[in-house]
Amino acid sequence: TSNMKWILIFSALFGASLCLETFVGHQVLRIKTTNEEEVKKLQLLESLEHLGLDFWINPSTPALPVDVRIPANSVQAVKAFLEFHGIEYSILIEDLQVVLDKEKQDMAYSQQRERSSNSFNYGTYHPLDSIYAELDHLASEYSNIVSKLQIGESFEKRPLYVLKFSTGGSNRPAIWIDAGIHSREWVTQASAIWIAKKIASDYGKDPSITSLLNKMDIFLLTVTNPDGYVFTHTTNRMWRKTRSKNQGSLCVGVDPNRNWDAGFGGPGASSNPCSDSYRGRSAQSEVEVKSVVDFIKNHGNFRAFLTLHSYSQLLMYPYGYKCTEPADHAELDALGRAAASSIQSLYGTTFTVGSICNTIYQASGGSIDWSYDYGIKYSFAFELRDTGRYGFLLPANQIIPTAEETWLGLKTIMEHVRDNPY
Amino acid sequence: DIDDVGHKYHLELVLEDVLDKDSTVNCTAEVLYHLGNKNLPPDVQFTIEGELKNADEADNIFYNQIKSLEKELVAENIPDSHGNVPPEMEPIRLLAWVASGYVIWQNSTENTKFQLAQIKHVKQVKRSDEYLEFDYRILLHEMVSQEIIPWQMTVLWHPQHSVQVTQDSRQPKHASE
Repeated sequence: TSNMKWILIFSALFGASLCLETFVGHQVLRIKTTNEEEVKKLQLLESLEHLGLDFWINPSTPALPVDVRIPANSVQAVKAFLEFHGIEYSILIEDLQVVLDKEKQDMAYSQQRERSSNSFNYGTYHPLDSIYAELDHLASEYSNIVSKLQIGESFEKRPLYVLKFSTGGSNRPAIWIDAGIHSREWVTQASAIWIAKKIASDYGKDPSITSLLNKMDIFLLTVTNPDGYVFTHTTNRMWRKTRSKNQGSLCVGVDPNRNWDAGFGGPGASSNPCSDSYRGRSAQSEVEVKSVVDFIKNHGNFRAFLTLHSYSQLLMYPYGYKCTEPADHAELDALGRAAASSIQSLYGTTFTVGSICNTIYQASGGSIDWSYDYGIKYSFAFELRDTGRYGFLLPANQIIPTAEETWLGLKTIMEHVRDNPY
Repeated sequence: DIDDVGHKYHLELVLEDVLDKDSTVNCTAEVLYHLGNKNLPPDVQFTIEGELKNADEADNIFYNQIKSLEKELVAENIPDSHGNVPPEMEPIRLLAWVASGYVIWQNSTENTKFQLAQIKHVKQVKRSDEYLEFDYRILLHEMVSQEIIPWQMTVLWHPQHSVQVTQDSRQPKHASE
């Protein structure tokens, strides 16, 4: 029964939380100081190490409140001290452990809830099924401009779904955006689904996206490597490649961004199936890559190819397989810098702009090299937040800020594509 | 380029306090990568202009919290898959970050770029002296090859002493992972 399941979940969560230090009876106080005297008294309190005080906001100036977590057995002493000196305080948190336990409950619960309601939380990471359900939801809620297409199947036979944003016409010039080609780069799939919602809901409201969709179509592949993505949830959070079997090897998977037909076999990719940058036995050997190539070739009218990766905060144009400049180097560099500037305008996040070879490393068989040599001039690869502090394990509270700033960069590029037909 | 010796880089950098972004300090450094023998770590000389912020208070609080635990600390997956770090684990993560810096230095060449990707497992090792000892199993991410490399390191620390990595070794990776 579902009650049994909840009892099991709660006791498992309780059990897990008891393995570590607990915060039972810890209180968090907010202390309001009115003058420097009182600030000094709090700094004295701060220096008494045996109290085990954990200042969330340290005493520094009377203008700011002081927030402090107090272990259970120091609570009475601290309150007595404050009252004796007439220093005002309020209780922010009565019992911190209760708050922490509830947070764990909420997180487990909200995943359950999402399936029954239509409130998708864009600020958290989702398993594949949740993302796929949200694709359907968007296609249904914004059916006037959004439709879902299947462009193929992964190695393990999972559907590859693309959202098409279109206001009509017939085979209009189009923009391609993909995310999650490397499965461990979770902020990219998460940003992509936010961007899908943004495009759909901004049409008719934001002049830029409205004029863009009145002339062009956008195709968005939110999870390019679904097998890898599932594997990062079930088994190995750090998995990068596809999950295809390699003949004659125990090692699984091919690096899908070394598998494109661009300088394939050249330096910057491995021939060892056990390597995380294994190029595969031949170009496009991976069905995930071939499906995208076939779709783009059959469509015949793509003008831009934009791909999302993490991490490092880079905005790159071709080439990766060779260190010589593409013919459109000047224009791509200027556009890249404009996009990086847009990204920075929101939260100050800085992106480094340049060709793949000069910025990151020489790497053959990459997607934007293929798209550029195929004739899609505006080919860019983004490496999103951060620069290594959390790396692939970017905290969920950074998903939406990352998506918001990335969107500004994408928009800058798309506006230029719209205004510069070729 | 230094003939028969190696490649020397002169760097000017800004150090930023992880816990206080407005607190920065300028630094100059010289890094010499040795020619030929890939087992020699690069030589590093540096000068810090000014002083690093005093962290005594935070160090002591952390030290006392660990000392007052009834059982030796054990934890896994820091950060977890979603990037979460429980607040009480943050000093454990920072300690690993410092210690992994040493491991990274000892294993760096001109063609590597390492980051600490995750702490898979950490357990406190009981000691009879005043030092804290932690046995970490970490994952290092090497950017150029894109490999995730498991590594073990034993870390010793006390508030009045610097962090020491007393033992470290690269771990084998399983084909099935």
